[in-house]
Parts: sequence; C-alpha cells; structure tokens
Amino acid sequence: MSFNATRPNLLAAPGVAWLMAFMVVPCLLVLSYAFFQRGVWGGIDYTFTLENFARVADPLYARIFLNSARIALTTTVIAILIAYPAAYAISRAPRLRQPILLFFAVLPFWSNYLIRTYAWIVLLNREGLVNNLIRSLGYTGEPLSLLYTEGAVITGLVYNYLPFVILAIYSTLSRLNPELMEASRDLGAGPVRTFWRVTLPLTLPGVAAGGVFVFVLSIGNFVTPALLGGGRFQMVGNLVYDQFLTANDWPFGAALGMALIATMIVLLFAQARATAHASGEGRGEAA
Amino acid sequence: MNAETSPILRIESVAKSFGPVTAVDGVSIDVRENEFFALLGPSGCGKTTLLRMLAGFETPNAGRILLDGRDISPLPPEKRPLNLMFQSYALFPHMSVRQNLAYGLEMERLEKAEIRRRVDETLSTTDLTQFADRKPDQLSGGQKQRVALARALVKRPKVLLLDEPLGALDKKLREKMQLELKRMQHEAGITFVIVTHDQEEALVMADRMAILKDGRLLQVGTPEAIYERPADRFVANFIGVMNFIDGRVGEGGLFEAEGLRLALADAGPGPATLAIRPENVALGALGEGLAGTIADIAYHGLDRVLHVKTAASPVPLQIRVPVSGTATHQVGDALSLRIDPARCRLFAGAAA
Repeated sequence: MSFNATRPNLLAAPGVAWLMAFMVVPCLLVLSYAFFQRGVWGGIDYTFTLENFARVADPLYARIFLNSARIALTTTVIAILIAYPAAYAISRAPRLRQPILLFFAVLPFWSNYLIRTYAWIVLLNREGLVNNLIRSLGYTGEPLSLLYTEGAVITGLVYNYLPFVILAIYSTLSRLNPELMEASRDLGAGPVRTFWRVTLPLTLPGVAAGGVFVFVLSIGNFVTPALLGGGRFQMVGNLVYDQFLTANDWPFGAALGMALIATMIVLLFAQARATAHASGEGRGEAA
Repeated sequence: MNAETSPILRIESVAKSFGPVTAVDGVSIDVRENEFFALLGPSGCGKTTLLRMLAGFETPNAGRILLDGRDISPLPPEKRPLNLMFQSYALFPHMSVRQNLAYGLEMERLEKAEIRRRVDETLSTTDLTQFADRKPDQLSGGQKQRVALARALVKRPKVLLLDEPLGALDKKLREKMQLELKRMQHEAGITFVIVTHDQEEALVMADRMAILKDGRLLQVGTPEAIYERPADRFVANFIGVMNFIDGRVGEGGLFEAEGLRLALADAGPGPATLAIRPENVALGALGEGLAGTIADIAYHGLDRVLHVKTAASPVPLQIRVPVSGTATHQVGDALSLRIDPARCRLFAGAAA
C-alpha cells in the first residue's frame, strides 16, 4: 500500500479506536443480553432464548413503538416547517451577518438540556407563564392543562432539536448557486413557483438530513417525555429506561434497544443514500 | 423595418449605485433590432450591473429601460420579454436537458404538445437532441453552454442577454463558439446583447459595441469604427494593440517628440499623445523617419511583431511586419520607422 493510501487510515485510527472501545463494544455487550434470559433476582441468566424479541412484537409494546414513531414524526414535520423559513432567511441575509444569526439559532444548545426542558415546565404548568398570559388577556375559565400532554412533549422535542434542522437546511441553502433562482425568475417563474420547482427540490438533502436527525433523536428520547409528558405518554426511550433501571429486565431492555437502534440505522442509511444520490446528480453547478 | 430610427432596446440615462459605489453612471445606449451588440469593458466597469438591470435583477436608481418603446424597468424579471444566459449557465441540476428547456415554456402555461414541439425544434437546431435525457453534470463545458443558450432561445425572447457566455471555455472551443453564436443569432433573428471583457471576442462577434469604464460609456460604434477611430486613450489601448508616443504639438500643427516630427492636420497646440497601430508603421530606409533598434521579435505565424526601442517612447514600439517579406530581422538591428500621419490618432492633453 502506498504512503498516501495508508495515511488517511492512520489519521482515522484514534477516532475509530475510541468509538470501538467506548461505544461499539459496550453496545454490543448490552445488546447481546437480548439473547439471554432474565435472572430470577435481576441480572442475566446465560441461557439462549429469542423470547425477548417475541415480546417486542407484543401489541402492547408495538403500540408504544408506533406511538413513539408518530410523536417523532410530528416533531420532525413541525421542526422542518419552522426551520426551513428560518434557514432561508439566514441564507438570504448579508454574508457578514449570517454567522451571527446562526449563532443565535444554536444559542439554546449552550445551556443544559435538562434546564431547557424544565424551563418548559415553568412555562406550561397551570400557574405558568402561558396560563397567566391568557388570563391577563381576559380568559376566566379553568387554567389550561398544557403540561403533561402529548403536545407538551412534541413542543419540547421541537424546541430542543430545532437548531439541528436549521443548520442542516441552511448548509444546503447557502451552497445553492443563487443564479439558479435567478435563472428560474428569468425564465418566467415567480418567486413562489421558483421555490417549489428549484429551491426546494435542490435543498431536499438538507431537509432529509435534518429531518432524520430529529426523528432519530426524538424516537429514542426519554428525558423530554418523562419531564413534559409526566410519564403518562410512554415512548420507547422510557420503556428501555424502565426495563434497565426499574423492572431490572436487562434482556428485554436490550431487545427493545436493539429494535430502536435498527430503526435508526435503517433511517440514517436511507438518508445517506438519498443524499449521495442527490449530490451525484451534479449540485456542483455553482462552480 | 426601420432599424436606424427604432431601437428595440433603449437604455436612457441609467444609473445605479451600491452604497457609496457608483456602478453605472448615467449610461444611454440604443440597441437596434436583430443586432449583435457587445458591452465591453474591464472588470468593474459596470457592464454586468447594466446587464442585470436589463434582466430585472437590479433596479436602476435613475433612468429608464425601454423595450419596444415600453418602459420595463418597473417589471420583475419573470415579466420581461427578454432572457439572460448566465455566466455560470445556471442549468437546473435536478432536471434533464429536455426539462431545463421546457421549464421556461411551462411557466408560460403553453400546451404540452406545443412545449414538446418547440423543445424538440430547439434541441435540434442547437445539436442537443442526443443529449436530451442527460443531466447537466453529464455534459461537457461546451454542451452545457449550448443547453444554457437553448434554454433561453426556446423562449423566443425579444432580446437575449448573454453574460460572458464563453468565459468558461478553453481557447479553441471559444473561437468555435464565437462563430456558432453569431450563426445562431442570425438564424434565430433575435437581438443579442453580450457582456464581455475580451475585446477580441467583441471585435469578432459584435455588429456594434459599447466601451464602458468606471460606470461610464466611453464610445459606441462598429468594431471597425472603434478600432480605427478610438475616442480616447483608454479605448485606443483597450481595443487591439496601440503604440503611444507622448510629445507636444507646436504652432502650425507640428507634432514633436524625441527623434520624431510629424505634420498633422487640425491639431491644437499643447501636450499630446500620438497613437498608432503596429500594422500602420512602415519600415523605411535608414536615416529617414524615427530611428530605433530591435529589442525583441515575436513570431505570430502570419506575421512578426518587432519590439523597437526608440528615443520617442520609454516603451518599445510594436511594429507588425509580414513573415513573407524578404527582410530578415534580428535583435539588435537598427532600423527606421515611417509613420503615416493619416493613420495616426492624436489625443490632446498630458499623458495620465
């Protein structure tokens, strides 16, 4: 092998070693529990079984899976609908102002995830800011139950992952040759048709990247549903958490985790393929 | 048709500034119907801004743009019956060649069959039929350029604007495409307005051209007129090769420089610069005319360019002599230059 071919591999070695030692190996260990039986007093009884996977398919748990997917999908759609206009506005701002606007978009990331999520409890509870606000506007009925609803969970998830989507969409928008939009206008398309026929199709890879990201992070999330859903709206993440820490059923928790990871890998893989396909269609027009 | 009196495109005292920078400074140009018109100037002269104002991507701060007598300056780009061929070509990467061409016609909401017919027709006149189903990134530079042109032509615009259309092509292909563009302009019967910084390109292609510098219009005319009678020192230097000799005109119209005296008609007294093309300098017998020695010889195939050091100019003068001539020149040879006053231009004022 030539020097030039080996060097990139060597450069990647520390990162790969780190991931193997602290991510892949522990994950494989935990996931391997899925093939064993639960010990009588918790722990693992090393007898091979596929029963845990059969339980994952149980309607009770399948429903939680589907419910999580629905919540994650709703979160994703809302996040994209909010992020796209924001990313578009940032990419159209003067060049020098764009980094500042992006800085503000990712600012929430700099505070602790828990604190950000607790902040929503303060906002949404029965004596919270939102209820106080609508009361001050003349509303006299019972305070609204905003907290511990599915809406609260979705709001929290959208809020937490929005910056990812803005960044992903912004990165494709900012790489788009502005002359493509001008060409569309020149050929007789107004701003709206230009958006649907040119801008949006060419930025779909960014939308897909941001969307898959939010979906994957949302479907496995357990903190937000626990805090804002009040434990009443169980998602897969909570279920896994419960199996490991409450029910002490590690093998079943591992099987659930495996199903979750498999879903994520399939989605990420599909998204990577779609992006590679789209960029293979020559987005280098800007050069 | 009375092309002389009815311009298809009239640019009337158009001005545009970006903050403190004046990009276009009160330019007026008439473009005639079916003419190949070039906007020529160095980078930053305002030619691209002017073109973008014609297309509708910039709004003039002052002045009007009339197309067929109608002021189009308030219209957005999609409402203007003219099309722009972009320097980057700006082909839609997610659409095939055919879809790129059809796009503009779909926006006019034409019948599907009509769109197909016109796209097919344009594909065939631009030699693109075999590439119809390819995506832009499967095309060579020259093919992309043709698609960009076809996409604009299929709209049958009243005026086609071209922004440095050949800039991205290599020299050989560029020369081929220059003639190709001229042929297509002729066949389509459409007025072309092309922006270029390449004076050779403008000379070859344009019926008439406008020279711009620092946002101002310096001269409009046919390539011959501008080459033969440049309006000022800048135009003289920008178009083709020009020798300059700084000197002064004395009483009686006698131009004097070191080692050179030349009687010129209608020359006012004062400092002045004499300009003469390399092909207009003749070699004379030693002892008469301007004496010099050859500093360099550049072979150009059909002719040679001698760089001759003289007392009259700090820069060696360039003299074009045919290769077929019997005279053999060598670096260091002394020779004498005869300058025909009738073929010179005289620019009054001290050299900049």
